[in-house]
Amino acid sequence: MLQKLRENRPLQGTLLMLPTLLVMVFLLVIPLLMTVVTSFGQRDPDGNVIYAFTLENYWRLLGFTADGGWDSLYLNILLRSLTLAVQTTVLVILMAYPLAYFIARAASKYRTLLLFLVLVPMWTNFVIRIYAWVMILRSQGVLNSTLAMVAGLLHVPFQPLDMYPSQGAVLIGMVYEFLPFMILPIFTSLEKIEPSLYEASADLGANAWRTLLRVTIPLSMPGVVAGTILTFVPVIGTFVVSDILGGKQVILVGNLVQRQFLDARNPPFGSAASVILLVMTLALTLYYTRRFGLGEEIAAG
Amino acid sequence: MADIAVALQHVSKRFPGPAGETVTAVKDVSLQIQDGEFFALLGPSGCGKTTSLRMIAGFELPTEGEVYIHGRAMGKTPPYQRPVNTVFQSYALFPHMTIGENVAFGLQMKKVDKRETAQRVKQALEMVRLPGYEKRKPKQLSGGQQQRVALARALVNRPEVLLLDEPLGALDLKLRKEMQLELKKLQREVGITFVFVTHDQEEALTMSDRIAVMSQGVALQVGTANAIYEHPNCKFVADFIGDTNFLEGTIGEKEGDKVRVELLGGGSVWATAPQPLTRGAAISVTVRPEKMHIRADATAVNELSGRVANVVYIGTDTQYGVVLPGGQEMRVREQNSAADSRFLATEGDAVTIRFAPEAARVLTE
Repeated sequence: MLQKLRENRPLQGTLLMLPTLLVMVFLLVIPLLMTVVTSFGQRDPDGNVIYAFTLENYWRLLGFTADGGWDSLYLNILLRSLTLAVQTTVLVILMAYPLAYFIARAASKYRTLLLFLVLVPMWTNFVIRIYAWVMILRSQGVLNSTLAMVAGLLHVPFQPLDMYPSQGAVLIGMVYEFLPFMILPIFTSLEKIEPSLYEASADLGANAWRTLLRVTIPLSMPGVVAGTILTFVPVIGTFVVSDILGGKQVILVGNLVQRQFLDARNPPFGSAASVILLVMTLALTLYYTRRFGLGEEIAAG
Repeated sequence: MADIAVALQHVSKRFPGPAGETVTAVKDVSLQIQDGEFFALLGPSGCGKTTSLRMIAGFELPTEGEVYIHGRAMGKTPPYQRPVNTVFQSYALFPHMTIGENVAFGLQMKKVDKRETAQRVKQALEMVRLPGYEKRKPKQLSGGQQQRVALARALVNRPEVLLLDEPLGALDLKLRKEMQLELKKLQREVGITFVFVTHDQEEALTMSDRIAVMSQGVALQVGTANAIYEHPNCKFVADFIGDTNFLEGTIGEKEGDKVRVELLGGGSVWATAPQPLTRGAAISVTVRPEKMHIRADATAVNELSGRVANVVYIGTDTQYGVVLPGGQEMRVREQNSAADSRFLATEGDAVTIRFAPEAARVLTE
């Protein structure tokens, strides 16, 4: 029996994959299929799903109302999610890149410590960290009271800034939350760049700025692409951050799905929103990786 | 100074070591490299040859002293403003660019116009025998081809000096031999000064017009391959370049530039000593194995008797290990010009080693 296993490589592979495979099938593939099926279903007045094929849920999401009218409510939600996800990703890249560059070029004895510091906030619970931002941003929060004190010292009239709840607060929370997910992959790809390539670039007449544009950034694109996927995909589907920092004002696709399942008791409509989110995310990710490449050849260099 | 391409004047480089101590990589080195010369910096690893090269390129700045390129003091000039280009040991080709883009990089940085760039890239690739490789990626090329691309990428800029940091180190032996000759030929064609770092003494002898032998941060001797091989100025150089025998002794009587050396193991030999010496001083005598003979028909002033301990046949030569009465082993090489030269002696035979005073050289350091 054991001898047979030793000789049978495909069987070894299957056994190694089996636990993950089971989890994936029962907790991902089957629920996903159920979601897709449900999205084409209807609900009865009590909130039970009736499995009778209809496209009504999708039409409603795209803005066509049951009475033949037009309502862009749900399209606006989709658009808002998309905008916020793009804004978050761009801001995170702009903040993470210099930091990752700094860490990658730091002396190796400090590098581990710096990376460790990047990860320290993760030790605190995610929801608590987001609530901390409420404490900072609300009208009597840390930020406003500090500003009020400074204004008082300078004898300037001060009106507390209205930062919470708002879409801006959601953006701040998301940027804060996803920064480490961008720093780590960019750091990894920067660290892989051979130092002699920087020297070669300088040797061939490129100053620091041109080396950054022609050598460093192109060679670190795999990290940027990986970090973008790690940021963009969770952000576009989030509902916790917008719930806490956006109050009732900032409704994203994630919140829509959550409310349809839990409050409105309309699983078919919630499923349809999930499927649209999924398709949108997949399409954008696919386009993005095709456009900028995962750069396996670059990583090998 | 116009005919001096590179000059190092009292250049030293000190680094902070891992434990906070100061490591001196280069110690008061002064060199003058002629225009159009193929110059080698030769020495074992850690001797400071690569640091010296990096100071010429501008990757390191001297702690003391000054580097001049065609008479211009380099001071703190950054690498991208120096009229030199480097071929790196690891080639350092940009993996995300094609061969054409790699070779064009330097010209683009200098804002050479597009048509001329394309033309010069094409010529450079033809020069290194890789015509039409513009569209390939570095990864698709063999080590030897990548090495030639690195060469083209540097030479296309027409630098005043080309710096090469162990460029053949990663190639296998046969390819390395080929590239040695090719590099030499290329250097003659383009007429650019080449400064070449290597730890391989044979490579340095094959390729260079002049060699600087370095050890522990010091340039011990600078000269042509022939001068360094025939007239080493210290034990390190004699030992590092080629194969040699040392005999320890003290200075006896003098006759012109010849001195009689009383050997520690007994007996005496006549040797050449160009430097002034005091009688009784302890010195070493170096004699190359191929200049010692055990043939019966060899006639020479110096004779040492010993017993053959081993015989090694190496094709062109046969090497005899001869143990002197004092216990020291001498290596003697006889050329196999006649088929029977390998049978001059066998293990255990008593033989007489003969060599000329001109073949023996007195070394005081």
